Amino acid sequence: MRRHQNKPDQSQPIRPKGLSAKHREWVAGYLFVLPDAIGLLIFLGLPMALSLVLAVFEVNGFGGYRFVGFANFLRMGKDPLFWQAARVTALYAVLLVPLLYVCGLGLALLVQKTNRFNAVMRAMFFAPHMVSLVVVAVVWQFMVVDKIGVINKLTPLLGISGVSFLGDPQFALVTVVFVSLWFLMGFYMLIFLGGLQDIPKEYYEAAKIDGATAYHCFWHITLPLLKPTSFFVLMVSMVAAVAGAQAFDIIYVMTKGGPANSTSVLIVYIYQQAFSFGAFGYAAAMSSVLVVVLMLVTAIFFVMTKGGRFNYD
Amino acid sequence: MTEARASSYPSNSQVTIVRILWMMITAILALMILFPLLWMVSIAFKTPAESFSANLIPEHPTFDNFKYVLTGVPFLRYMANSFFVSASVTVIALFFHTMAGYALARLRFPGREVIFLAIFSTFLVSLPVIIVPLFVIVRAMGMLNTYAGLIVPAIFNAFGIFLLRQYYLSLPREIEEAAIVDGAGYWRIYWSIILPLSRPIMAALAILFFLANWNAFLWPLTVASKADLWVVQVGIANFKSQYSASWNYMMAASTIVAIPTLVLFIIFQRQIMDSLKTSGLK
Repeated sequence: MRRHQNKPDQSQPIRPKGLSAKHREWVAGYLFVLPDAIGLLIFLGLPMALSLVLAVFEVNGFGGYRFVGFANFLRMGKDPLFWQAARVTALYAVLLVPLLYVCGLGLALLVQKTNRFNAVMRAMFFAPHMVSLVVVAVVWQFMVVDKIGVINKLTPLLGISGVSFLGDPQFALVTVVFVSLWFLMGFYMLIFLGGLQDIPKEYYEAAKIDGATAYHCFWHITLPLLKPTSFFVLMVSMVAAVAGAQAFDIIYVMTKGGPANSTSVLIVYIYQQAFSFGAFGYAAAMSSVLVVVLMLVTAIFFVMTKGGRFNYD
Repeated sequence: MTEARASSYPSNSQVTIVRILWMMITAILALMILFPLLWMVSIAFKTPAESFSANLIPEHPTFDNFKYVLTGVPFLRYMANSFFVSASVTVIALFFHTMAGYALARLRFPGREVIFLAIFSTFLVSLPVIIVPLFVIVRAMGMLNTYAGLIVPAIFNAFGIFLLRQYYLSLPREIEEAAIVDGAGYWRIYWSIILPLSRPIMAALAILFFLANWNAFLWPLTVASKADLWVVQVGIANFKSQYSASWNYMMAASTIVAIPTLVLFIIFQRQIMDSLKTSGLK
C-alpha cells in the first residue's frame, strides 16, 4: 500500500461535491446496504408481517378475501389435527435435539485430533449432509421399505422383526427422527469441532499434570468451556426441529404426515392446509403463531449472545 | 496433550492398542453412516430382480437404469434448470451480500446497528414458516412459474451478510486508510480492495450457496408447477410418486441427483467444512 509522505494535514477532511466526508460516508453506507435491505424487506420482513394480516382473512376458492377477525385462531383451538400437529412437532423436537447434541459432540470428540485419518473420517461423517433431503428421504424410504427393506434384514439381530417402519404409526415418527439425525449430525459435529478448537490446550496439560483422567477433563474442562457452542447448537437445532426446511422435506417426501397423522408436524400441516385445501388464512394464522415463537427465540438468542458475537466472559 | 506427556504414563504399546481400537470404532461408525449412500449406488446398478437381495456388490451390474432415467424423463432439463437457478442466486447474492457486509462492518452511518439488528433478527426465520405469505407476495408480483420466482426470493438471507460482516470486521483498519488518503471513493475501495481481499470467504460462500440452492426443494416445489421449470429435486420427488415400485430406477435417479453435490464436496471438502465450522461462532 502506498503512503503519501507529504499529504496535507490528515485531520482535514477532503470535500468533493459539496458533501462533507462524514455525509459522504453516510450516503455510501446506505447505498451499499440498500439492495439487500430491500430484498430482505420484501421477501422476509413483508411475509412475516403479512402472515399476521392474512391470518384474519378467509380465502375462498376464487382467491377472494373475507375478513373473519380471530376466527382462524379460534379454529386452531378446535381443530384436533392442529393439536395433533403441535404434539408431533414437540415430540419431534424433544427426540431430535438431545440426540443431535449427544451425537454431534460424540462424533466431534471421536475425530477431534488433527491428523490425516481423522480428516477422512470427518468427511465421511459429514457426507450425508451433502446429499439433498429429497434424495435422503427417497433412499431411506427404500432402506426401510415395508417389512423387506435392508434395515429389516438387520433388525432381527436386535430382536425386532417384521416391522413396518413407515407404515406403523408407532414407528413412523422415530424413523423420521432417525433419518433427520443421520442427515444433521455431521453438521453439528463440525460446529462442535470449531468449539473444541477454541479451548486452550494448556488447560488439558495442566489437568494432566494434576492427574486428571479423560473423564474428569471432559466434565470439568471440555463441557464448561463449550458453553457458547452448546448454546448455539441447542438453539439452532431447536429452531431447525420446529421450523426447519429439513423437517419439512424429509417428512413431506417420506410420509406426507402419515400414517394416521403420526408424523404430521406443524410445517407439513400448514403446507397442506394452504396448498392442498387453499386455506391460506388458516395456514397463515398457524404460521403467525410459529413466527411469534421463533421471533421470541431469536430475541432471547440475540440478547444472550450480545449480538451474536458469542464472546467468552 | 503433547505426545511426549501422554505416553509418559501408560506404556507405549498400551497407547498404541487404545489408538488402534479408537480408529477401528471410528472407521466402523463412518462406514455405517455411509452405508445408505453406498446402498443407493449399489441398487442403481442392479437389475430389478436383484434390488432386494442383500449383497452390496451387484452380481450383474447394468447401466440400463441410468439409461432409462436419462432418456425416459427430462432429467437433463431439470439439471439445467437447477444449475441456472443455483448459479444465478449465488452470483447475485454474493454481490449484494459483500456490499452490505462491507457497509455494515467498515462504514459509519446512523442506524447502522439498527439495520444490522433487523437483519440479524431474521437469522432464524426459516422458509416453511413464511411460505404461505411469501407465495402470496410472489404471486402478486406475477412471478409464479418464472425463473425470477425461483431465483429472486432465494437470494436474500441473513446468513451470508452476517458471515461477511464478521469477516470484514476482522480486517485491519489501515487497509482503507491509505486509499482514503489517496482520494479513492467508497465504491473504489469496495471494488478494488475489499472484494479481492474477500476471495477466500467468497469461494466458501459460493460453494455453500450453490449447494443450498441445488438441494432446495420446498420453494421450487411451491413456486413452479410447470414441468418445464422443475428443478432436479422437484423432478425426482415427482419421479418417485410415479415409479414408487421401481426402486432400481429410483436409486439411479437419486444417484444422478446426488453425484454433483458429492463431487463438489470431494473437491472442496476443506473449504466447505472450514466455512461451516466457523459459521456464526465467532
